[in-house]
Amino acid sequence: MDLSTSYLGLKLANPLLVGSSPLVDEMDTVQRLAEAGIGGIVMHSIFEEQITREQLGTIMDMELHAESFAEALSYFPHPEEYRLGPEKYLEQIRKVKETTGLPVIGSLNGVTPAGWLDYAKQVEQAGADALELNVYYLPTQVWETGDEVEKRTLDIVKTVRAAVKLPLAVKLSPFFSSIPNLAQRLETAGAGALVIFNRFFQPDIDIEALEPKVHLELSTSDELLLRLRWLAILHGQIKCDLAVTGGVHTAHDAIKALMAGASAVQLVSVLLAKGPEQVKVIRDVMRTWFEEHEYESMEQVIGSMSLQRSPNSQTFTRANYQRLLAGWRP
Amino acid sequence: MAVRRMITLDGNEATASVAHRTNEVIAIYPITPSSNMGEFADEWSAQGKRNIWGIVPLVQEMQSEAGAAGAVHGALQAGALTTTFTASQGLLLMIPNMCKIAGELTSYCMHVSARTVATHALSIFGDHSDVMACRQTGFAMLSSGSVQEAHDFALIGQAATLRSRVPLLHFFDGFRTSHEVSKIEELTDDDLRALLPDELIAAHRARCLTPDNPVLRGTAQNPDVFFQSREACNPYYLACAELVRAEMDRFAAVTGRHYHLFDYYGDPEADRVVIIMGSAGDTAEEYVDWARARGDKVGLVRVRLYRPFSIKDFVQALPVTVKSIAVLDRCKEPGAPGDPLYLDVIAALREADEAGTSRFVHCPKVVGGRYGLSSKEFTPAMLKAVYDELAQDEPRNHFTVGILDDVTRLSLPFDLELDIEPDDVKRAVFFGLGADGTVGANKNSIKIIAEETDNWGQGYFVYDSKKAGAVTISHLRFGPRRIRSPYLIKRANFVACHQWVFLDKYDMLAYAAPGGTFLLNSPYGPDRVWDELPREVQEQIIEKQLHLYVIDAYEVARSTGMGVRINTIMQTCFFAISGVLPRAAAIAEIKKAIEKTYGKKGDIVVQKNYEAVDTTLANLYEVAVPAAATATRTRPPIVSDRAPELVRNVTAVMMANKGDLLPVSAFPVDGTWPTATTQWEKRNIALEIPVWDPTICIQCNKCAIICPHAAIRPKIYEPDRLVGAPATFQSTDYKGPELKGMKYTIQVAPEDCTGCTLCAVICPAKDKANPKHKALNMAPQMPLRESERANYEFFLALPDPDRSAIKVDVKGSQFFRPLFEYSGACAGCGETPYIKLLTQLFGDRALIANATGCSSIYGANLPTTPYARDANGRGPAWNNSLFEDNAEFGFGYRLAIDTQLDQARHLLGHLAAQIGENLVHELLEADQSSEAGIAAQRERVAALRAQLQSLDSLEARRLAGLADYLVKKSVWIVGGDGWAYDIGFGGLDHVIAQGRDVNLLVLDTEVYSNTGGQASKATPLGAAAKFAMAGKSQPKKDLGMLAMAYGNVYVARVAIGARDAQTVRAFQEADSYPGPSLVIAYCHCIAHGFDLAQGCEQQRLAVDSGYWPLYRFDPRRIAAGESPLKLDSAPPKLPLTQYVRNETRYRMVEQANPEHFRHLMEAAQREVTNRFAVYEHLAKLTVPVKTVGEPSGSEN
Repeated sequence: MDLSTSYLGLKLANPLLVGSSPLVDEMDTVQRLAEAGIGGIVMHSIFEEQITREQLGTIMDMELHAESFAEALSYFPHPEEYRLGPEKYLEQIRKVKETTGLPVIGSLNGVTPAGWLDYAKQVEQAGADALELNVYYLPTQVWETGDEVEKRTLDIVKTVRAAVKLPLAVKLSPFFSSIPNLAQRLETAGAGALVIFNRFFQPDIDIEALEPKVHLELSTSDELLLRLRWLAILHGQIKCDLAVTGGVHTAHDAIKALMAGASAVQLVSVLLAKGPEQVKVIRDVMRTWFEEHEYESMEQVIGSMSLQRSPNSQTFTRANYQRLLAGWRP
Repeated sequence: MAVRRMITLDGNEATASVAHRTNEVIAIYPITPSSNMGEFADEWSAQGKRNIWGIVPLVQEMQSEAGAAGAVHGALQAGALTTTFTASQGLLLMIPNMCKIAGELTSYCMHVSARTVATHALSIFGDHSDVMACRQTGFAMLSSGSVQEAHDFALIGQAATLRSRVPLLHFFDGFRTSHEVSKIEELTDDDLRALLPDELIAAHRARCLTPDNPVLRGTAQNPDVFFQSREACNPYYLACAELVRAEMDRFAAVTGRHYHLFDYYGDPEADRVVIIMGSAGDTAEEYVDWARARGDKVGLVRVRLYRPFSIKDFVQALPVTVKSIAVLDRCKEPGAPGDPLYLDVIAALREADEAGTSRFVHCPKVVGGRYGLSSKEFTPAMLKAVYDELAQDEPRNHFTVGILDDVTRLSLPFDLELDIEPDDVKRAVFFGLGADGTVGANKNSIKIIAEETDNWGQGYFVYDSKKAGAVTISHLRFGPRRIRSPYLIKRANFVACHQWVFLDKYDMLAYAAPGGTFLLNSPYGPDRVWDELPREVQEQIIEKQLHLYVIDAYEVARSTGMGVRINTIMQTCFFAISGVLPRAAAIAEIKKAIEKTYGKKGDIVVQKNYEAVDTTLANLYEVAVPAAATATRTRPPIVSDRAPELVRNVTAVMMANKGDLLPVSAFPVDGTWPTATTQWEKRNIALEIPVWDPTICIQCNKCAIICPHAAIRPKIYEPDRLVGAPATFQSTDYKGPELKGMKYTIQVAPEDCTGCTLCAVICPAKDKANPKHKALNMAPQMPLRESERANYEFFLALPDPDRSAIKVDVKGSQFFRPLFEYSGACAGCGETPYIKLLTQLFGDRALIANATGCSSIYGANLPTTPYARDANGRGPAWNNSLFEDNAEFGFGYRLAIDTQLDQARHLLGHLAAQIGENLVHELLEADQSSEAGIAAQRERVAALRAQLQSLDSLEARRLAGLADYLVKKSVWIVGGDGWAYDIGFGGLDHVIAQGRDVNLLVLDTEVYSNTGGQASKATPLGAAAKFAMAGKSQPKKDLGMLAMAYGNVYVARVAIGARDAQTVRAFQEADSYPGPSLVIAYCHCIAHGFDLAQGCEQQRLAVDSGYWPLYRFDPRRIAAGESPLKLDSAPPKLPLTQYVRNETRYRMVEQANPEHFRHLMEAAQREVTNRFAVYEHLAKLTVPVKTVGEPSGSEN
């Protein structure tokens, strides 16, 4: 079966994308992903905050002690080609594009309006085919309202939309009070796709040292369920494309996400755990399953189990959840 | 003639610019003040900059200057145009090769930023003692006296040596020229080519060693022929001066600047003439103009080509009218009939006289004088004193000028107030902190003014002897003519104080000219600032009618995200007020400079700087100056009136920046200084200090062991000692089971703390309900200063505990008084905790030999001395010999101690009957392996002394003189990795091979820290350092493994921030091991590029990643059938990247070339894994207790 789909107006040979992650930082991994048949590539995010901090921090580390002591006017060499901006990243977009010929989607996490704008333009100039806005933001202040958080997100999309011609995807967190409403407004603001959902770093606590602990665990298939629900709810209600990220580990996971409404399926954890070659496994199993079940095209699959089309749509609703819980006994 | 750029740069860069473009091989080794020349050359080659023949010169760092000279010699022999840069001891190390290079008539021009040779003290500053020590090498010597001349002579020297075959030493004054920033005309590549035609290069090449046309050099010759063949080179020396003159003429034809072998300046009919060399010639020219305008018939001769000394040219340079001559030497040759240049002049005039070639109307009187040692100021006022002396009927000979010699009364008096600078030269003096970026901003301002206007500019920068809280004083001049004032500004039109606290420390307004401007960075606004000024400052502002401006630069920096960097803000103020450029043009230029500096590195920094510039002007205010001083507050005294006399009368004067005024009689005659004087220097540089919460403290003493400045200390004491404690003095019950009922206090030294926060970060005790709050929390120093000062004073007066009663571990060691305190090391220094621990454990019986480097600088850079004494007056005795010989130097201590101990023991045996067999037996057999054992032995020695007093014999008196050696002495040989891995390795290797009881502590920062982060063999694979800009490609040398190979050397690798307990054990074992011990200590450093507050965490990561395995190799374990090597850290549990990515030295390699960095890191990770595997293997290896070679008994 032909697995090709369209996502953000890009033609994908199959719906599998490598999600935003360090996987594509190394060219040999990129090569292996391409050979394994990945449909497209989402770049690692440019983190404006990190670039800012690195610029300021590095220059501070280098300059703070300079010109202070007669015997040592500096403590570091001054290579000319030394760069603290996103050049490395932009160069990598060019290389990935050149080497693989696959659709390449830039990814950006900004902090300031200028940051979003400038880096978006630079990603466009570097030759990306689309841009995923990673609006990773954690409200921590009591005075910030949900409206304001939503407005922030919308403003970013509008700002970037006005500045670049690239198709835009918006990667959302699940922590909005009305995701369908926000989704529609994002679409109006210019989003071509929504990516469901961002996984946040979940800090752990070291109870001996009384310190928060950075903790990163790979996703599991369990996390897909949250995403399936919202894909199913959104599909058909909004016109823009949907992509899933977080929790797709098997071909069956991917099939479920597609059925729930995703046009593209982003893989990260499974590739980190099992290697880039896993792309081929998932793709082949998926194709076989579709063929065995006599599916004819991806159009037939995508959204077939959405809220609007699903035979028992209440299953996606809260009432159903309560019933399930009531029936559960230890 | 080609269009040449006007550029502003310092003398080192000006010299290196020509040297790099006219050589193929550059072999170097860092030494102040020449290091920058090598660094520039290395950077340019790394950037692919080519020489005038299209070749990128090879720049190679060697392991010492001796090594560099060897490499130079070889490269020359093999046909390359070769150079080096050096100074001082470095130059001295090159002398043997220089003799060879000259003996072989090799074309070679080297560049020396002339620096004082260490004698009674080390000095990094400038004089001619190093180059004068090269007179016998056979090198031609060419002296330049300004930045332009250094640039020009670098070319003339290269051309001349190629013409003459006589190798040439081009030198200029260290710091005064090497570090002065000045506007010069740049020589183009075409200029260089014009003086270096291909046939000269070809001739040089034709003389090289090649198997295609083999010859042999370096024969050994015998009495029959050596002498004659040594004379065979004479024609070349006879021709040399003429060839140098020809190059000077050729240079003039190309550039229009005409130099001569001896340049005469002044009245053609002068009766008084000064002969001088180096930068002082500029001052002399300036003075001569001034004096001639007043009718004086004076002149001077600037010596350019000092060797070969052309008598003919010299005599011709002098006006025939001269009646008296003063020859000024910038060096001292004790015991000689005169200093070198003086003797040369005397000899020259005598020879000319005898040859009948002198043309003088009167036979001139000649006197010699000495000036300017170690960059001592040399001013027009001093020249006036010299010329005035020459006007006397009997001018004094062998005088000194610039100091007050009240001992041998050699010094000429001079007028401290004389100032001859013309009004159209604008002068500005800036007081800043190293950390606030003042010097960088000023260098930038000079560039803007000198390169964007027709003005000439000059900048000179005076640095601190301290690394933490270092003060910088910038002297800037701008004027319509070339500036010939290589001395500090006395009367400034503009004085800027970038730090409010300086008002209480320095007499800054002494520099202010009447009607000038005073810019003050003040936390107080224009309405309040006046009332906050000390009375002396108010009075000077009124008296000199100064315009006072204020800005709260730290607030502007904070609000614009600049942190503590106020450089751009203060620079903007300078341009806004001083009027050297129209305001708008100045702002535009500042922004252009910001873009140039940071544009490539990152737009964010540029934007933040722009914002700072724009915000500055709105926050800059002129203050209305009242008619009368109103303050009652005066500047506090520099030191407490309880300080010892020497500290009050001498040290305090140096601390106030007025050391120039001290007379000769103030000083010890042999460089001997008392220890324990940092305690009188209350620097108050911490913005925040730790505050102790005894309710949370677990009394681990980790804060104290990691403190680099001994500024936080624990003590245990009897409860009744608390009587009379200040109200805010904190105390709690001691928690240890061994000393029940005692009280415990952690006390900060508020005025000595540098605010590095290492103590608060390492503190493991957290408030359970609010873990943010620890047993130590940082709080602003100002509000705590008074109360904590009183508390600290009370704390110090509490008696130190009995050393014998303390268990020596991490906690216990910290109850021992640190005998190394409040040094000038960087805030957060990774080295000093080890030195402090050493002094706590063994300080009362330690002799320390210290290699030159950071540890010798913070260990003994005047004005104050951090090594201290305990309550009994005992403490470390310390000396620094050289950089390269430290192991041998310390080994010498051991030899002396051992021989004196042997004699004492021998005499004890002889006198046993009189002293008492028991006491003698106990003295000879004493177990001194513990504090109790040492204390007991000290008592026995006291008893012995008492006994000896009653004995009236030569032997008894001799034993009395040696008795102290019966108490065990601990010899510590301390230095950095530059010493241990590179320059001193040969000596270190020899010393550990001798079996004697010495302890070597290597403070491994993995670079030459003191000279600014050059790579050593300790630099790790993948890290950037100077001379390893693209990341070091070779692994770090495994010094420990090399030492272990001897089998009988105790070796430990430690990291106090990661495992302090292992460090304490290693130190104890090293001391107790009766043979050589080598302790290699991980030291985080500012040259690693991260916030040193995280130093301990980085050390932990270094250990946990396996990069820095901890171990102790103790040969004593062999006897027990165990492996001598004990690994004290677990196998790597983190990837190496987790450790390295926090440090700029690694990150910058990645940022420059990620691909290359990945390969380096893969290699580095392999290296870590493999080395650990080797250690693990060795740790399992046991060797037979009885080894081959031990007597088997069969021979009997």
